[in-house]
Amino acid sequence: MSPSVPQATAAPGPAGTAARLDALRGPVPPRSHDARTIAALTVNPGCSRRAVLDAAGVDKRKLAERIGFPARYGQSPFAITRGLAFEKQVKADNCAALLELLRAEPLHFDVPEHEYVDLGVEPEADPAAPASLDRAARYERTRQAFARVAAGEPLLADHPLLRLDVGGRAAYVEPDVVALSARPAGASASAPARLYVAEVKSFAVIDGQADPAKVGAAATQAAVYVLALRRLFTELGVDPAIVADDVLLICPTDFANKPSAHLLDVRRQIAAVERQLARLPRIGALIAELDPAVDFDLAVDPPEAKGEPGREHRSAVELAKSLTMVEARYAPECVTNCEMAFHCRSEARAAGAADALGRSVRDSLGGIESLSEALEVADGTAGAGSGQHEAARLLRAAARAYDEALRVVPRAADGPEADG
Amino acid sequence: MSTLTALARARAARAGRAVPITAVRHVHVSDEPLVVIPLMQAGEAAAPLAVMAGTDRGAPTLLVVAQPRNRDQRFEFLTAFAELLVPYIDARRQHTETVEATRSREEWERCTDAPQLILPNPGGVEALRLLGRSARFRTVDGPYPVDARVPLLGRYLTWFADDRAPMPGSSVCLALTSVLAQHWATGQSALEDQHLPALLSWIDPPDGMSGAAAALLAEDPDVVPPAGPATDPAFDTGVLAPLVRAQEEARAADDMRAVAKAEEELRAALAAQLEPTWETVWRGIDVLRALPAAASDELRWQVDRGRFTDFMTGIEDGAPPQPKRPSAVAAARRLADLESAQQSYDRTQAIDDPLVLARYRVGGEAFAGRITFVDAERQEIKGKRAWPRPLVVMQTQDEVILRPGVKLASPARVNQTVRLRAVRPAEAGGFEVELELQSGMGRGKTPEAGSVPAVGEERCYATFLAEQRGTRPELPDADQTPWTHGGPPWPHVARAEDQAEEWR
Amino acid sequence: MTAATRSTEARAVIEAVAADLLCRAHRGVIVDSPPGAGKSTLVVELSERLARNGERVMIVAQTNEQVDDLVEKIAQKHPTLVLGRLTAGDYEVPERLAPFRGPNLAFSSKLPELAAAGIVLATAAKWALVKEGEFPWAILDEAYQMRSDGLLAVAPRFASGTALFVGDPGQLDPFATVDTDAWAGSPWDPSDSAVAVVRAHNPLLPVHRLPYSWRLPATAAPLVAKAFYPFTPFDAGSDLEDRALSFAVAASSSDLDESLELAADTGWSWHGLPAAHTIRTDAEAVEACAALADRLVQRRATAVDRAAGYEREVTPDRIAIGTAHRDQAAAVRAALARPDRAARGLTEVTVDTANRLQGREYDVTIVLHPLSGRRDATAFHLETGRLCVLLSRHRHACIVVGRAGIADLLDAHPHAEPVRLGVPVKFPDGWAAHQAVLAHLGAG
Repeated sequence: MSPSVPQATAAPGPAGTAARLDALRGPVPPRSHDARTIAALTVNPGCSRRAVLDAAGVDKRKLAERIGFPARYGQSPFAITRGLAFEKQVKADNCAALLELLRAEPLHFDVPEHEYVDLGVEPEADPAAPASLDRAARYERTRQAFARVAAGEPLLADHPLLRLDVGGRAAYVEPDVVALSARPAGASASAPARLYVAEVKSFAVIDGQADPAKVGAAATQAAVYVLALRRLFTELGVDPAIVADDVLLICPTDFANKPSAHLLDVRRQIAAVERQLARLPRIGALIAELDPAVDFDLAVDPPEAKGEPGREHRSAVELAKSLTMVEARYAPECVTNCEMAFHCRSEARAAGAADALGRSVRDSLGGIESLSEALEVADGTAGAGSGQHEAARLLRAAARAYDEALRVVPRAADGPEADG
Repeated sequence: MSTLTALARARAARAGRAVPITAVRHVHVSDEPLVVIPLMQAGEAAAPLAVMAGTDRGAPTLLVVAQPRNRDQRFEFLTAFAELLVPYIDARRQHTETVEATRSREEWERCTDAPQLILPNPGGVEALRLLGRSARFRTVDGPYPVDARVPLLGRYLTWFADDRAPMPGSSVCLALTSVLAQHWATGQSALEDQHLPALLSWIDPPDGMSGAAAALLAEDPDVVPPAGPATDPAFDTGVLAPLVRAQEEARAADDMRAVAKAEEELRAALAAQLEPTWETVWRGIDVLRALPAAASDELRWQVDRGRFTDFMTGIEDGAPPQPKRPSAVAAARRLADLESAQQSYDRTQAIDDPLVLARYRVGGEAFAGRITFVDAERQEIKGKRAWPRPLVVMQTQDEVILRPGVKLASPARVNQTVRLRAVRPAEAGGFEVELELQSGMGRGKTPEAGSVPAVGEERCYATFLAEQRGTRPELPDADQTPWTHGGPPWPHVARAEDQAEEWR
Repeated sequence: MTAATRSTEARAVIEAVAADLLCRAHRGVIVDSPPGAGKSTLVVELSERLARNGERVMIVAQTNEQVDDLVEKIAQKHPTLVLGRLTAGDYEVPERLAPFRGPNLAFSSKLPELAAAGIVLATAAKWALVKEGEFPWAILDEAYQMRSDGLLAVAPRFASGTALFVGDPGQLDPFATVDTDAWAGSPWDPSDSAVAVVRAHNPLLPVHRLPYSWRLPATAAPLVAKAFYPFTPFDAGSDLEDRALSFAVAASSSDLDESLELAADTGWSWHGLPAAHTIRTDAEAVEACAALADRLVQRRATAVDRAAGYEREVTPDRIAIGTAHRDQAAAVRAALARPDRAARGLTEVTVDTANRLQGREYDVTIVLHPLSGRRDATAFHLETGRLCVLLSRHRHACIVVGRAGIADLLDAHPHAEPVRLGVPVKFPDGWAAHQAVLAHLGAG
């Protein structure tokens, strides 16, 4: 690697940023965004490290593996099978069951007869066609289908392919989403029908309640679809408000496989995702400040001789060093959201950062970032740095209270009550 | 997260092992707890895979759902589980003691023991709750008939996981990670503390290794299988799914020997996943037993025993299963019970344990110091009587943020209410606090001997200890629910609609 | 929009409420009242109209101060009404009620002893202990701050009659000290507010809205309405020209005075401190709050309201300092108790948390921003109701004290919220409300 020469750089324009991002990633194709990763943008917006890696399209899972901190993700095959089976059940008969669900209690939607169209299937499929052409073609089919919806035709669109601009790159979102026209209960018949995004999930709703974390994740994902659908209608010159703020969550009920439909208001999630998409261009300023030596090239050259490993463009040590040059904002919650979590955790622990113990601990230590500093201040072996006098007082009081309490004999189990 | 607990965690991180945040144990540990380790299937609600349970560390019972995809097998599993749990519960009812009549209740017989389930973590308790819910409305006839023991098991499990487990101060159904984290601060985050093997590594590290290093090892599911109820997805993919497939193929081919072999292998694989957690839970129980019991332990367990007795009486009297939806009145009563129990538990923990009390000192709700002046003769004339109102002055280094007029009490003398009269900064640093004793001095015009603290004594005073345990408001009976809350609920026509609850 | 028009509009709402009540077509009527919209006036007037025909009225408020406030106002406005104040055992009659004590105002801890009273007032906690007695009319004040289980305990007293629920939906929700997740989203959730549960079970009850805030100046109402009441906006009941804040002593060049000048000119100001992560009782921020109050008094601030017809000095008792936490309030009180400040009467300044400031009114308020000095925001700090209460107590000006960096904090705030089925969504949420406020204040 060439020695880094500090350069004064002004924030480059979008083209400059894009070039730098591509360079960061090296000669590998960028990880494309999907609804899940777009939703994940809302989870830790303050982390520059994740922002840079995502913007550059670096494969975080591979990166984590290469530096020796593989993430442990994965879904059980039983869950996958069950999910597929449930989805199949709901969408059987061109989604007849789904439509009935909406017409019945408690939703009582006014759902017209729909024409079912599966946008995942090319009318005359050419198996030899490359995948990207297929995507473009599918997106075009989707556009045409929704143009018909905008004109008032009730189409039940299965497997639509939608597109969102994420940081200057097109991201395709293609979930098991179905979109359909309906009027909610109580709406007058002359009111225009709106488009509802429906999401099929296989976690159960028992006695009207489901795992709030899972419902939250589903809601954020659905918000991404709503946004993408609205962008499509804007492109078509139609008022995007045709897409409703409420989405339909279809889940199994209680302990059987019978599906139930639930209306979810996702305005908050839409606002959160929009906010994060709007922030993305700021990556330019971040990138401009990066040390030129920062590089996440994960490419491996093909081996020269058989049985030999190929040459890695960057060693694990070099990759790890690049990471240290981009600041992270680690919290224990990262482990459920980001493949880099174990690395960042190890880094935080090695540095003795209060972050490693969690956000509330860090807050309780009054703004002191390092655990050893907090301990020294509490034990009185170090004076407080400037601006930390209050935190010092608080910590010394805590240490004193704790140490004094250690010397007190607790009330005996047989002792008499209310002693003097 | 209080500053004191945060500091304890920092100290633990430095020391490489957990640091105690209590001096005594605030949870009862039975002489014969029933350890239950459930494993649930991924992708479905309340789909059991296996359970390892027992009261004897050396002799666990393993129950397995031989064909995880076969829904009927779940009820066979639950029947087997009932065969394990019901005798354990019945054994706790052997002996009773007589409880004297009080104003609110006639004389009655209370069991001298109560069951105690210990689960590895809150997920395990939730798994029991779901199993209980899926089972308690089943019937022996109707579209999906089950063995008569299944609905009974359902009610028991619901009582343990839904009624007792969330009740502050109850020890009938414990999640071990929560209990351990209540008594120790580790050098990792609270989120990581939910992983039982890692948590226990901090508290009780193996020889020659720091808690931190041991915890890191323990987090690897290939080294230590997860404590459940979820299985490791890699286990599902690599071991479980192939075994299930092999079994199904053998069944399809009508090869009974191959079926038996596949079942054996399945059992062995699940046992291998559960045994390490079994050992860990018992280790955790040992660690808890090593702590001395809190002074209020006896009283709290007595309440648990009483609730157990009432619950069993209800079952015998033929009460219907716990309803799916509580009435507005029942929910309001439950909230009042929970809040009252929480308040009581917080108080007794602080009274019994100086380390717990210390947290309140840092939070500003309590302060401790030395008594520098006492005027025991001081009195207040109210109406026709003179009441003793001794004045006590204390020096403390703690930050006193309380306003004059607040009521306080000391753990050393909980029934004596004290009023804060004034707070002044002291010349030597810290604060000088003026207090007025208002009760707990007997009935006479002068305080009883020993009821007034002496100069030189160390005392601690806290606000929450003086909180009035107000009378609980009267809630209307369920059948008198007012229109504001929807009027009286429909009568419990449970049996017909609930037994028809779908299963497929 | 003239004052006369506004009064007519507001009056029309009151008449509509009265009509809905008196025709007895509904068991309950709900009135949403934004801050300072004349809730007390409504309660005082309606209690008289309902009691006029000899039918007994029960009034439920949440705290003793609120009950005593109502007693005082009703006794003043309608001296011929016979009132009964139902109290707890250790209640002491406050000085301000002493003049009214007599045949038309009785105090007792036992309801039967107040049999002569046409209107009986007590806290919800006290009513909950009453086991017998029924009233044809009930007025529940601050009903959005009353918990569902609290309502359940009181409702049997008026279940066969008609009830009026009055409250401010934008202020703090009731809370529980234990986890109530298991009930979230269900109509029997005991931790819901009284109004929420009544509407869940009786969706057709009429809902009225008081249209004007008579408290908030024209400089404040638009921001508060937009940030905290976006779907039920309201206007100020006064015009910009009506109110003024001036100082007898000229401004110095200090930051403190600069903030005061801006507040006097525009009704708001942001008093910014350098960015830093601090403990809650940030000494610099605490001192700034106390110093601002001190300068107000030293410079002899004068508040003028031409519509209401007063010109008065802003004395310490007309100033409030609001914080999110009790220890912060204690620290500010300590700073005000400094000998020189105490000598100027600064210990008369009200210093309290949002919870305790609910329902109260001042001429000038100073607010220690809940997110000041924090590195991460928690749900507690972002709670809309908290900010709403803190920013809606003033008649003339509000100065917000905070360290720079709050905008960054909001920007970096993670959004991974759990969602409970069936729980109506509060939108815009606390995050959006905080953003709107910061933007308006021009804060960093």
